[in-house]
Amino acid sequence: MRIGIDVGGTNTDAVLMQGSTVLAAVKEATSDDVTSGIVGALDGLQAQRGFDPADVQAVMIGTTHFINALVEGRRLAPTAALRLGLPATASLPPLVDWPARMVEAVKGRSYLAHGGHEFDGRHISALDEDELRRAAADMSAHGVRSVAISSVFSPVNTEFEQRASEIVAEELGGGVAISLSHEIGRIGLLERENATIINAALRELATGIVEGLAKSVNGHGITAPIYLSQNDGTLMDVDFARRYPVATFASGPTNSMRGAAVLSGLDSCAVVDVGGTTSDVGILTNGFPREATTEVVVAGIRTNFRMPDVLSVGIGGGSLVREGGGITVGPDSVGHRLTQEALVFGGRTLTATDVVVAAGRAAIGDPDLVRSIDPDLARRALERIAADVADVIERMRTSAEPLPVVAVGGGSILLPDELPGMGALHRPENFAVANAIGAAIAQVGGEVDRIYAIEPGRRDAAVDEARQEAVDRAVAAGAEPHSVAVVEFDEVPIPYLPGNATRIRCKAVGDLLMGA
Amino acid sequence: MRTITADDLADLARGAAVLGTGGGGDPHVGRLLAEAALREHGPVTLVGVDEVPDDAVVLPVAMMGAPTVMVEKLPSVDQVGSAVRALARYLGRTPTHLACIEAGGVNSTIPFVAAAQLGLPLVDGDGMGRAFPELQMVLPTLAGVAATPMAIVDEKGNRGVLETVDNNWAERLARTATIDMGCSSIISLYAMSGVQLRGGWVAGTLSLCDRIGRTIREARAAHDDPVAAVAGVLGARVLHTGKVVDVARRTATGFARGEGTVEGLGEDVGHRVVLHFQNEHLIAERDGGIEATTPDLIIVLESDTGEPITTEGLRFGQRVSVLAAPCDPRWHTEGGLELVGPRYFGYDTEPVRAVREAVA
Repeated sequence: MRIGIDVGGTNTDAVLMQGSTVLAAVKEATSDDVTSGIVGALDGLQAQRGFDPADVQAVMIGTTHFINALVEGRRLAPTAALRLGLPATASLPPLVDWPARMVEAVKGRSYLAHGGHEFDGRHISALDEDELRRAAADMSAHGVRSVAISSVFSPVNTEFEQRASEIVAEELGGGVAISLSHEIGRIGLLERENATIINAALRELATGIVEGLAKSVNGHGITAPIYLSQNDGTLMDVDFARRYPVATFASGPTNSMRGAAVLSGLDSCAVVDVGGTTSDVGILTNGFPREATTEVVVAGIRTNFRMPDVLSVGIGGGSLVREGGGITVGPDSVGHRLTQEALVFGGRTLTATDVVVAAGRAAIGDPDLVRSIDPDLARRALERIAADVADVIERMRTSAEPLPVVAVGGGSILLPDELPGMGALHRPENFAVANAIGAAIAQVGGEVDRIYAIEPGRRDAAVDEARQEAVDRAVAAGAEPHSVAVVEFDEVPIPYLPGNATRIRCKAVGDLLMGA
Repeated sequence: MRTITADDLADLARGAAVLGTGGGGDPHVGRLLAEAALREHGPVTLVGVDEVPDDAVVLPVAMMGAPTVMVEKLPSVDQVGSAVRALARYLGRTPTHLACIEAGGVNSTIPFVAAAQLGLPLVDGDGMGRAFPELQMVLPTLAGVAATPMAIVDEKGNRGVLETVDNNWAERLARTATIDMGCSSIISLYAMSGVQLRGGWVAGTLSLCDRIGRTIREARAAHDDPVAAVAGVLGARVLHTGKVVDVARRTATGFARGEGTVEGLGEDVGHRVVLHFQNEHLIAERDGGIEATTPDLIIVLESDTGEPITTEGLRFGQRVSVLAAPCDPRWHTEGGLELVGPRYFGYDTEPVRAVREAVA
């Protein structure tokens, strides 16, 4: 059996699964320290259906910690961006396209130095080691704790990033994390550099989170390996997550979409995931989440991550309801303090959960505590929620054809049985823990990243070979063969090597075989 | 005459990338470069082709090279202004106006960088009404205007001025220098008087870029189909909608060359379009038959958002729509087709001429 856990900003959900059957499911408030929420969730599973910790083969965790930290601009390490390429690129230095708020949040310092390669492998300028040592000394003087290094055309030749990393490590000591752009992104300097800076800013947080997750799971007597969900729905081990937190960025929406698809049995639909703070809307086409376009902007920063195309609106179970010139719901939320602050729990804040209970649509907490709410106010608040969510779905729709809507997430009780202009809402069983189910049925990937010598007229054969190898590796890693599809393919010519050398990166992904 | 501020550049760069037909540079990089210059030096005045005095000294400025390189190796600080200064010094003339040679995400915004840096007005127009890969491929060539003297500068500070016997030689020698410079350079060429400008320029291109960009933005905001909205502005036909399943790309002889394959979705299921590009899309084949060719515009847009996708931005898995729009009619003359028709690029086919679609 496997355990899937989704750690959201408001709730921590956990499911115990045998194959594709849900044996137990629980929802706990996320704790400030993350770990006690997980401990509580595991205790809850144990209470619902006793299991021997030794029978658990894997624990899969999806978390929105990293993206939330970035969006909120909190708990980010003081970060330096070091770019090698002078005199080229100086017209647009690192961090140039970042919102001022985000530069402030990472205490961003930007350094331009010599180095970089041409497309054909020649040096733009020689690496100047003294210059790099001076930059490192300045970083040290300003309390930088994490460094992102990018060099022009590093996907073609990694030598300068490697060497600069050695020098910075010598100068700053082992306590400083270093992220290299060629390990994180593709050709396209600004986006690759941005992703690397984000990764650098999250490294300290990642170490803390990963340790906390491992401690709470192991404390329960579970010795099975722990994995984290990645943006594309596949898994990574905890050591990888520590070094590349940016790869878990968009796992929340991916998990809820995949969970919704499995639970509803629909392969083309709109998915609305209502949590405690936000509602996220994505579109599922033929079983795959629709990908965001060429431009993925996170917290105002442009990156080239591949992530599902999700539109969020600040409406969730903990959203504040206010009256004054019409009713507003959200975007501010009591978040994981719902069970202390909402009226139904004896608190003093009018939340979306309170109006749902007042309207008699759900029994949460103590309904007597919201008897005094004006029924008309409750009705108007719920209409506002339905209209706002319907509007987001409408914005995500790209064809005139009606699309079935699947509602998941604990907050989906806020939605009526029929959304204006959208027909009946599908509410699958276990809808409240769709994310945790999505994490537990994570996919398996196979990757190839190799330099091929492509003879003239032989490209198709090389491409087919790379694809087949990625598919084979996914199957070898435990993917159901019929479900495997190539999701990424990237080709970079390496002109300075003989024989028409080309670096091919290919990733194939499939569903985990549900034998266990 | 109108004033362009940093806030106007997002629409303009996006629209320019649509007319750039896959080439002309990345609109995001172009917009950032121009925004940085306009924030530092103030707004730029855009003047109509008709408003330029007969005896004006108009210096166009552009980026040359492989677009794949331009998203990676960005210009140095004063590289753009330096190309214009080098040509002005060689000519011994003081420029009165700057101009844009081709529509494109970078090549429509680089002239704004130069105009801001040098404090000069910019002409609202371009030399093609789209983008083409080679230097001689501008309408002034048909009118007998010489490309040289031309200045060419790289980011390291190397500068050169070429004088060539004809515009094809300008392309040849500048391309060789550009490859040595690392496949990207800034050039200033086709120095013209106001009279020459009116004889061979496409008027209003930058305003059209702005309008296309605004159309995409407004269609998204109104939840309308942005692809249909762009097609409406350009009188374009949507040839095909589908998913990119393969991109073969190589940086060869100073260009980004390759093919993109789009597998049909929805109404186009079972059909497949292959796009052949040399910086710009030149031929669109559907199921083996030729559907659209240069000199008409072959445009690739992200299906959901209408975002233009450049040939270096084309990626496996994208959902795209392929459009064909009619070009400036001067390109379909005998001389025009000799310069930029399919046969020039080595495709043994007659040009397929796009008909301006009536707006539904």
